[in-house]
Amino acid sequence: MAQPAGREGAGSLRKRRRGVSYSRYGYLFILPFFLVYAVFQAYPLINTISTAFQKYMITGANKVIGPTFAGLDNFRNVLTKGFALRAFGNTWIMWIINFIPQMLLALVLAKWFTDRRMRIRGQGAFKVLVYMPNIITAASISVLFYSLFAYPQGPVNSLLAALGIIDPALYANPGSAATVAFPFLERGWPVRLIIAFINFWMWYGNTMIVLIAGILGISPSLYEAAEVDGASQRQIFFGVTLPLLKPIMLYTLVTSLIGGMQMYDIPQLMLQQGSPAKEMIQTNTMYIMELIYAGTRDYGRGAAVSVLLFIATLLVSLLFFYFLRDKDAIRERRALKGRARA
Amino acid sequence: MMKSYSARLGLKKTWVYVVCIFLSVLSILPFLVMFVNATRDNYAIQQGMSLIPGDMLQKNLETLSQRQNFDVLGGMWNSLQISSLSTVLALYFGTLTAYGLFVYSFRGRQLAFSFIMAVMMIPTQVSIVGFYTFMFQLRLTNTYIPLIIPAIASPTVVFFMRQYMMGGLPLEIVDAARIDGCSEFRTFNTIALPMMKPALATQAIFLFIASWNRLFEPTMIISSQSKYTMPMLVSLLKSDRFRTDYGTVYLALSLTVLPLFVVYFALSKYIIQGVALGGVKE
Repeated sequence: MAQPAGREGAGSLRKRRRGVSYSRYGYLFILPFFLVYAVFQAYPLINTISTAFQKYMITGANKVIGPTFAGLDNFRNVLTKGFALRAFGNTWIMWIINFIPQMLLALVLAKWFTDRRMRIRGQGAFKVLVYMPNIITAASISVLFYSLFAYPQGPVNSLLAALGIIDPALYANPGSAATVAFPFLERGWPVRLIIAFINFWMWYGNTMIVLIAGILGISPSLYEAAEVDGASQRQIFFGVTLPLLKPIMLYTLVTSLIGGMQMYDIPQLMLQQGSPAKEMIQTNTMYIMELIYAGTRDYGRGAAVSVLLFIATLLVSLLFFYFLRDKDAIRERRALKGRARA
Repeated sequence: MMKSYSARLGLKKTWVYVVCIFLSVLSILPFLVMFVNATRDNYAIQQGMSLIPGDMLQKNLETLSQRQNFDVLGGMWNSLQISSLSTVLALYFGTLTAYGLFVYSFRGRQLAFSFIMAVMMIPTQVSIVGFYTFMFQLRLTNTYIPLIIPAIASPTVVFFMRQYMMGGLPLEIVDAARIDGCSEFRTFNTIALPMMKPALATQAIFLFIASWNRLFEPTMIISSQSKYTMPMLVSLLKSDRFRTDYGTVYLALSLTVLPLFVVYFALSKYIIQGVALGGVKE
């Protein structure tokens, strides 16, 4: 793709107004992204939104019904007769009982590892180990836990028997074990807790590493100043570290929340066929999948749940942009202060 | 009476190490049980938990290889194709887009960038119904195209590459290349792209792993079992026909996890650095 020599010369001469004569390349370079985005993301999203207002399904016998305009019927259906609200509730509960301990543990660990007095050794190896579950396929991890909690003779149940928490004598006989071994996967709250635990266990290492990076990014002079002023370690943590870490914590919160609202792999694979726990662990994406994938493919109602999920995600994103702007303002103020001091 | 400062510090350090060791064990233990149980037979597994490997690995391997419709190597090959192609596309076109936004000034540049930032937060799950019906109309269901081509539009890659360019790609180099008569595309391919290597490597690891682990979209798109990806095969392990022999279930799980373990421990240094840079969450 040779260029006429004249053009090149002109470009270099107009160095200050660089780019002006090349602007068409800008469009050309970003074209593939926007083209693919339009076809594979934007159009499907618009398509989903319009389907949400239509009656459109394919029955098990491959009979196509619709699409015909149906107004708000789908929304009314999934919100009143369907399980959209229940799915939202499940998703949020499982996210919250994973996120709060995750953030607290990550904060404590980050504080320990950045403590200049303690100088904890082996940090590198520790980070590698606790981050590891994060990159392992969530599907594999779920099926692994599903097997570990198997009933009546899974490793967890046999461990409980060995520890004397459940009676090993009864346990040895599968016939009578039913009343003794615990059917973790058939009870709502135990499965919820296991799902939340898996999420917590997969993500706290990630949050910890991000927080450590955040704490190390705080100017040491602030700590020195606080120490000179006689602040205790506790005061320094709550008065200096935590406020300056707030933007990063908010970022973690929002990305975790947006990811959490799409929760699918783990609860889906922890769900035992026919288990009564389903109504306590079904998330929105699981519900969408059920509507459009099993038996009658009800695209209209599936799309309605998608739109509700989209609105919820959008609200959280807007919250994120609101806080992000706040963060920039803080940074600007800090930068100004720094300049004034120098 | 107050204990001396160093004694209190020593006590606290001991406590910290105890917690850290506990958490490290917690990270490894489930995988350890998995690997150990892969070497035991169903009867031994049901007798109780053990951390001592058994001698049934060979037998479990034989049983697993005789399973119908459970082709671990085939699943790996399928996942490998999808993950490597989508990673390459995401990296190349993401960097191309970032370069276009960074180097050239044109009308709408700011708007284009703001748009990319805005859509970064929209997950693919919310448009899955429209995506599926559209792919069905295009007769692309049960092919890998809907799982690979959308990678061209990866907002996070654009964002990180642009961040990297702001610190690591002086515009003078682009100018110098122009003076030497280098075309715009050649400048990008032969000068800018190689300069992005460190950022590309980090992004590549995360993109590849994220794509490898994906379950939701492939489950929607792929229907024939010979095309199943690794996580889809894993989800089969839950079904009753596997539940009769836990040894093979653990072995199959181990086989799906093993490649990730190898990649992770080989590249852990870069992965941890990448996480510390922030925002590599999917």
